Amino acid sequence: MTNQKPIADHLFTWPSNSPKLIGSRDTETGRYYFPSKMSNQHEKVELKRRGKLYTWTVQRFLPKTPFIGGDDPETFEPYAIGYIALPGEIMIESRLVEIDPKDLKIGMEMEVTVVPFVKNEEGEDLMIFAFKPVN
Amino acid sequence: MSDVAIVGIGIHPFGRTEGVTGLQQGVHAAKEALGDAEIDWKDVQFAYGGSSAAGNADSMVAELGLTGLPFMNVANACATGGSALISAYTTIKSGQFDIGMAVGFDKHPRGAFNADPESVGLERWYGETGLMLTTQFFAMKIQRYMHDFGISSDTLALVAEKAFRNGSLNPNAWRREPVAKDFILNSMMVSDPLTKYMFCSPAEGAIALLLCRAEDAAKYTSKPVFLKAAAIRTRPFGSFEVFSPSLEIERGPSPTLAASEATFEMAGMTHADIDVAQLQDTESGAEIMHMSENGFCKDGDQEKLLHDGDTNIDGKLPVNTDGGCIANGEPVGASGLRQVYENVLQLRGRAGKRQVPGDPKAAYSHVYGAPGLSACTIITN
Repeated sequence: MTNQKPIADHLFTWPSNSPKLIGSRDTETGRYYFPSKMSNQHEKVELKRRGKLYTWTVQRFLPKTPFIGGDDPETFEPYAIGYIALPGEIMIESRLVEIDPKDLKIGMEMEVTVVPFVKNEEGEDLMIFAFKPVN
Repeated sequence: MSDVAIVGIGIHPFGRTEGVTGLQQGVHAAKEALGDAEIDWKDVQFAYGGSSAAGNADSMVAELGLTGLPFMNVANACATGGSALISAYTTIKSGQFDIGMAVGFDKHPRGAFNADPESVGLERWYGETGLMLTTQFFAMKIQRYMHDFGISSDTLALVAEKAFRNGSLNPNAWRREPVAKDFILNSMMVSDPLTKYMFCSPAEGAIALLLCRAEDAAKYTSKPVFLKAAAIRTRPFGSFEVFSPSLEIERGPSPTLAASEATFEMAGMTHADIDVAQLQDTESGAEIMHMSENGFCKDGDQEKLLHDGDTNIDGKLPVNTDGGCIANGEPVGASGLRQVYENVLQLRGRAGKRQVPGDPKAAYSHVYGAPGLSACTIITN
């Protein structure tokens, strides 16, 4: 099996069968942040796994640098992205997976997952967070 | 304090000009503005200028003349031109100088803008995973807005159709061919719900404006216009901004709302006083949302306003009479100044085939830039 490595080590709990995003909470204001902020006033928190889709779009052309998910317009696969509102916490911008874009609906319930993105130079799968519909 | 007048305007046509650098386009616009006010570069006491991708504005002195004037470079993303103008306005208001120039120019490569996460305080993975595109932000903001306020794709297309129609009446525009609504709707989907012809593209062009103390204006022109107000604001808590890995659940107002309110207050005017408006239309959805964020209508009213033609050149409130960003492209440094250039032409009554009828007396401009700032102006006869 290919080795898997998070694209950044502070974004989600990994490895895990039910990964969670890692944010931070300002202990004075109670506000949530993602990615987490490093300061005395912030405590790290694992964010809720489920939330509602606030808005979405589909990236239909190959992004330019610093995108590392491919450089060939011929083989580029469009991908859906959106904001998911985690109740009482924060809205997260994320890729949306395991759903045909035509089935995306504002307000639908989605759940965080971790999926392979691209291979790095060492042949490892770089893992990213994403949200998928709750079945 | 002295009021401020705009007494000279210059433009290098927008679009693609092979073989001419952005800086040279800036020089072209500056010379045209000097000619318009019938003064020499040596009479200009200070300048503010900027580009995002075409070099330092102050190096224009090599072409314009080594007069030793203070020349400040400005960089504020899409609001660079607006920021140069506000800086020039404040400088004259303060009484430090009597006459100066605001200039903006740019020359971008083809295709969507490159984004550098670190330059805006973000982490690299955000760009690497394909989340850091301005086009996505625009699409997601209007997607939610359409859901909340009942705006149709048809209305998005009407905005672009108007932009190309107005552009066809503007000899300095990049896109000068009308494009039909159905063609816009059926063109390639770029980021749902926005199609290719609903977006502006990075481009080239330059604008220069000469500003002076209002009491001196008659020395330079028989048709002065007065910069009654100019304000810039950055994003408040809860606004929906470009390049946001996360957003607050609690939704709040936009920086545009704050900049707009400050501008009207400074001018001592109301929306009913405005005869023509240039609103940032990076894509069709932006113009629609900016109509309400700037206070010209309620959320959702745009559907009827667009279908009734109220924002056409002969409508109740003409919007983006020169074709806006959609027809002119977006040379970042010049874009906000282009709006004011157009407003000056309209108030002078010299906008040719796209002249707003009825002798307009007050004009409004609004520009929005990443990562969340807006600059607005009001000019009057």
